[in-house]
Amino acid sequence: MSADQTLLAFETDCHIFDGCGFPAPGLHSFLFEPIFSIGGFDFNKPMLLAVLTTVIVIGFFWAAFGKAKVVPGKLQMVGEAGYDFVRRGIVYEALGKKEGEKYVPFMVSLFFFVWIMNLWSIIPVAQFPVTSIIAFPAALALIVYVMWMYLTFKRHGFVGGLKNITGYDKSLGGVLPLAVILEFFSNVLVRPFTHAVRLFANMFAGHLLILMFTIASWYLLNGIGIAYAGVSFVMTVIMTGFELFIQAVQAYVFVLLATNYIQGALAEHH
Amino acid sequence: MNALLASEGELENPLLPPIPELVIGLIAFAIVFFFLGKKLLPNINKVLDERRAAIQGGMEKAAAAQTEAQQVLEDYRAQLADARHEAARLRQEAQEQGVALIAEMRSEGQRQREEIIAAGHAQIEADRKAAAATLRQDVGQLAIDLAGRIVGESLADSARQSRTIDRFLDALEDKSADVTKAEATR
Repeated sequence: MSADQTLLAFETDCHIFDGCGFPAPGLHSFLFEPIFSIGGFDFNKPMLLAVLTTVIVIGFFWAAFGKAKVVPGKLQMVGEAGYDFVRRGIVYEALGKKEGEKYVPFMVSLFFFVWIMNLWSIIPVAQFPVTSIIAFPAALALIVYVMWMYLTFKRHGFVGGLKNITGYDKSLGGVLPLAVILEFFSNVLVRPFTHAVRLFANMFAGHLLILMFTIASWYLLNGIGIAYAGVSFVMTVIMTGFELFIQAVQAYVFVLLATNYIQGALAEHH
Repeated sequence: MNALLASEGELENPLLPPIPELVIGLIAFAIVFFFLGKKLLPNINKVLDERRAAIQGGMEKAAAAQTEAQQVLEDYRAQLADARHEAARLRQEAQEQGVALIAEMRSEGQRQREEIIAAGHAQIEADRKAAAATLRQDVGQLAIDLAGRIVGESLADSARQSRTIDRFLDALEDKSADVTKAEATR
């Protein structure tokens, strides 16, 4: 197993009209050989990218805000714009300035962490969205879930918290038990799952699409297939641009939902 | 077939999170959250507050300066109005004084003129009296000498002399008064 194959995730000498089938991308494109192993622990490429994400996010904000000045430099200005986008655009919008201020650092960290993890998808050499491994969005969704549950019961007490989660409302009358069961199921069980999967699936599908057109461009590069390869390559470029957009949108949506869940937890009974 | 696929063996369900990745993800995020939450975001918040304070302070300073400028302008205007009043008052006073001075000088001139006229009159009267006295004596003497020579009679006696002179002069005056009267009626 050479390093090239690990990096490219498909066989490089397979072309159309050579009697070689199309090496379609699939689930195996999301599996990586460990870079190194310590005991039973395998350190692979997504983990490396996750660690690099940490370094980059902290590095950027350290450079921007480490020695923050009242009259900002260029980098600080960019950092402030990003910070303000999450703070005003997401947190203050949902939670208000007074109650939201506490959650700003968490949401800012979450947004930039998710965004950079998504962004790896189109960074040359890396070319893999870390969030297309379900474990990463699941870890983040888990943190939000725990936080949201904790806040619900802390704010409303045990019974009040249950009522808040299940949308308990006496005016519903006969359908109340049904509504409570549905709400409980939807909020407590499904919500963290959809929260994680929404991000995961978008990045997973996006990566598959780019991979598909990239591999096809290479595979078709033989005889008459070169014309098709051109079309496929153009699609690769278009999809890369599209992914750039989707990555930011998904990071935004992930943080927006996290904020909304917390807003729901802090709100009075509805 | 794909070499990777072969080497990995069974494909896992992509929705089942592998534990090592989950742990790495949690740790990675925790580190990011720690640095941003503990150090970097409080840092920028402090600076943003400072900036807001600086902008607000600047605005307050500007407002204070404006108020002061307004105050100074009003003071200046008030002083200007005072000065104008004062100038008008002084002018008025000067005018009044001038009028009074002119009147005084006029009356003084009048008085001096009258004094001079009076003195002139007195002088003339005295001169006339002296001239009349001298004339009376000279004319008397002349008349006596003449009469003495004509009559040959000595009129040494002074009493007689003066009586004679007076008689003569009275006659003379009567005559001249008649002449004057005649002139006046004419």
